[in-house]
Amino acid sequence: MPVMPEPILRVENAVKHYPINRGLLLPKKVGAVKAVDGVSFELRPGETLGLVGESGCGKSTLAKLLMRLETPTAGRAYLKGHDLFRMRAGDLRRLRRSMQMVMQDPYTSLNPRMTVADIVGEPFDIHPEAAPKGNRDMAVRELLEQVGLGPEHANRYPHQFSGGQRQRIGIARALALRPEVIICDEPVSALDVSVQAQVVNLLERLQDELGLAYIFIAHDLSVVRHISDRIAVMYLGRIVETGTADQVYLRPTHPYTQALLSAVPVPDPTARARRQIIRLSGDVPSPADPPSGCRFRTRCWKAQPRCASEEPPLSQRAVDPHPSACHYAELHQVIA
Amino acid sequence: MSDLEMAATTELGARPGEVPPAAGGTPPPKTRSLAGDAWYDLRRNWIFWVAAALVVLVVLMAVAPGLFSSADPTACNTRRQYAGPSGGAILGYDFQGCDVFSRTVHGARASVLVGLFAVLLTGVIGLVFGMLAGYFGGWLDALLSRVIDVVLGIPLLLAAIVLSKRLAADRSGSGIVSVVIVLGILGWTTAARVMRSSVLAARSQDYVAAARMLGAGPLRIMWRHILPNALAPFIVVLTIALGTFIATEATLSFLNIGLRPPAISWGIDIATAGKHVREAAMPLIAPSLFLTLTVLAFIMLGDAIRDAFDPKLRR
Amino acid sequence: MTYQQYPHPTHGYPASGESQTAPVVAGWGDDRSASWDTPTAAWTTAPSRARVERPTSGEHLLDVRDLRVEFDTRDGVARVVNGISFHVDPGETLAILGESGSGKSVTAQAVLGILDTPPAVVRGGQVLYGGEDLLTMAPERRRQVRGQEIAMVFQDALSALNPVYPVGWQITEALRSRRGIAKADAKRRAVELMDLVRIPAAAQRVDDYPHQFSGGMRQRVMIAMALAMRPKLLIADEPTTALDVTVQAQIMDLLATLRAELEMALILITHDLGVVADVADRITVMYAGRVVEQADVHTLYGAPAHPYTRGLLASVPRLERRGQGLHSISGTPPNPIAIPQGCAFHPRCPYAQQMCRITEPTLLRIGRLDRASACHFPPEALDARHA
Repeated sequence: MPVMPEPILRVENAVKHYPINRGLLLPKKVGAVKAVDGVSFELRPGETLGLVGESGCGKSTLAKLLMRLETPTAGRAYLKGHDLFRMRAGDLRRLRRSMQMVMQDPYTSLNPRMTVADIVGEPFDIHPEAAPKGNRDMAVRELLEQVGLGPEHANRYPHQFSGGQRQRIGIARALALRPEVIICDEPVSALDVSVQAQVVNLLERLQDELGLAYIFIAHDLSVVRHISDRIAVMYLGRIVETGTADQVYLRPTHPYTQALLSAVPVPDPTARARRQIIRLSGDVPSPADPPSGCRFRTRCWKAQPRCASEEPPLSQRAVDPHPSACHYAELHQVIA
Repeated sequence: MSDLEMAATTELGARPGEVPPAAGGTPPPKTRSLAGDAWYDLRRNWIFWVAAALVVLVVLMAVAPGLFSSADPTACNTRRQYAGPSGGAILGYDFQGCDVFSRTVHGARASVLVGLFAVLLTGVIGLVFGMLAGYFGGWLDALLSRVIDVVLGIPLLLAAIVLSKRLAADRSGSGIVSVVIVLGILGWTTAARVMRSSVLAARSQDYVAAARMLGAGPLRIMWRHILPNALAPFIVVLTIALGTFIATEATLSFLNIGLRPPAISWGIDIATAGKHVREAAMPLIAPSLFLTLTVLAFIMLGDAIRDAFDPKLRR
Repeated sequence: MTYQQYPHPTHGYPASGESQTAPVVAGWGDDRSASWDTPTAAWTTAPSRARVERPTSGEHLLDVRDLRVEFDTRDGVARVVNGISFHVDPGETLAILGESGSGKSVTAQAVLGILDTPPAVVRGGQVLYGGEDLLTMAPERRRQVRGQEIAMVFQDALSALNPVYPVGWQITEALRSRRGIAKADAKRRAVELMDLVRIPAAAQRVDDYPHQFSGGMRQRVMIAMALAMRPKLLIADEPTTALDVTVQAQIMDLLATLRAELEMALILITHDLGVVADVADRITVMYAGRVVEQADVHTLYGAPAHPYTRGLLASVPRLERRGQGLHSISGTPPNPIAIPQGCAFHPRCPYAQQMCRITEPTLLRIGRLDRASACHFPPEALDARHA
């Protein structure tokens, strides 16, 4: 194995709490929704980190924190050595060139009153210093070509495109400033199945050509498996298990990961008989009032008294050499 | 559970503008912007055409009254008092022997001027306040809401009386400036509220987040991303307001706290003719009819534009 | 291999004019749901999804023939459903699989008679329920069938439930208005129905409002509502699309179990190949408002006989393997306003020939009964030739 390159992004203990205020005249903080509650990970150049979890686990909030659309409550996030969370506006603007995001909904993420050329070219208006020398139209055309659109599309408006094409426009916009990291927040979940594959393939090709690092956020575990080198599984604002794609998918040790994987519908009717679905009871608890100790214990079939009192750290467990936040981590193969 | 919800989830209804890609053998999509879509709807709406024709007619009267009547509206002769139609005076003469038709045609100018300037004033105030309150929110928004409450509490007539007496600059003139200022100061609240709520809606859109992630500043976001997407309902409100401002101007003039003679205004003529309605009805009917039609035209135009821009009413 | 026109079973339908009021369901609930309310999950295999025996008479519960639905839009006439035929037998699960714009939801709405007309216009076809055509039958009778014997579950439970009424009240609304049962009885029945769909602590939650339930629980409330009249056919339109994976599995299990318990037929409308593989007996694949393939679930996944089905299956990423680039179908699904001439799939089809651009392929039987494909060059035949 080659020497591990330095991480391009290192997140340490990122926290985002949304205060819950009561009272009209003098609002008093009575609690907090702990959307992201101490998340740490590293991202190396050119790799894809898949971030999976159910709605409310904090994965999208984490993306917003990293893009500084939300102000973090605590923690650090070093992008190329600079702390994103403690950066002033001017420096942040410059640093934004290194990290961009592709959003989930291709129908709302493009300004309906702007032409495709204006949308894709806007990054150059905002960062004139990063704009290509010479012809701007040329640069826009090249970007469009890179994502599989033709120059004839440049003067059209977003509503004239299908969902898949709009997502391509969003990707072209994210590529304009030549970033090294792209956060993909559910980039294919709004697309038709037959179109999803096109966009996933495009993202993979761009990664190969441009050496991009991706944080790939999705609830579709099959897509994440397909594209990711490493995986982090989130539950209620925390990472509960992380490792290489093979480690997490083939040798999961956290009960939540196992349940999640077992519930994924398999497009193969012959698998019905041998499939074992771990049925979790109940719903995800409110992030405003997470359970004590292990947050998963209220839905876990292995929960012991210890789980309520002692929070399991995300650390390497004896059963398999990858971090898992479970006191009773054991190997259970879910995928045949 | 109802049909309505189902309609909302039909695959067709969800993405009305979806067009197939050029690749794959299907015909190339028609190039049409959102405004183009609205125009497509407007063109098929007869109410729009009636309203637009009336508006054009009134504006033409205001700009070039000579096209409609060559008679001088101020050339009055009491010897012709209540005379019947003759020559160019197709509607006869009024109490002072003035040409009723000519006066009515020339009255359009005051109405249109007052309406336009009042709308301009309310538009500017409403746009700035609404945009700032909607975009920045917080204490600015709270402050604006209180200011609106205060303004809504001021009675129109009182303000008109006070201002028309106090505005020195306007005391000698026709009174247009004070009427415009009264309407502007009291009339901007609706425009600001509409602007604020559509800015709020636009601000939470993903494309605004995308611009912020690119590092765009507040000015660029407001100007390039929010304003174009928030403008349609604002324009509708202003169009309708133009009609109501014209009606209010007539009311104020009728009550002698708006425009003053020698200005020619429908409101003044209605007030004068009202006193002598038993002798002759036409001097009252003509300006009243023109006023009503003008107000109606602007309100219908606003409604038609709203229908065209409101995606919820689209099929 | 020879092809023949896919035959429509022509059998006489016995007149069944009198209303077949479902027997009042007594005693569903508590005992059956007990095992579901256990606080922790257990390792279990998927519940048995064996199909209920088909009736020997060969009569279909629902038989849709050549259904056509158009929408008048500003851009022209959208031909959303273009001659769809399918049938459901009592007790079986039929999946209607399609992408956005395939017309699958509109088909369901046409069957239930909840299309907005205008803009929708049913241009032709028959929707035979127990031999009677729902499209032409007397309105009174139609209301009876649609309210009592066919029920529907929607994708978005939040907007399908009225926020200002307690869930128990909504669940029994039909019972009260159609059967005129007493208030106290209605509440007891609501609790029973909530037990049936495994809502924990039903007796305490019967007076709660929709917003007090989680997404999965709301979906259960809606299923309870649909089951109140004990329908013979339940149509579920993307019932789990808005839900998380673990909750999705719960709801699909529930639907499969209820289908078996109550011996209803289930039409599952979805775009999710995984969900279909888990629960369906038979599958109807739709593309551009037409049926492109019909087969039982094993045959369809094992040997798809239409290039679209084949491409769709190949483009789904699999949990168990990390591929080297996904197979993808080029292009995008067509706009119903401008459906390509000939075979609607030809612009995206790797096997397309001149013939496909001109002639629309009909749904032809392949081999066994109940297996059909609308392709001039079914991949099976192609494979045989290249082999």
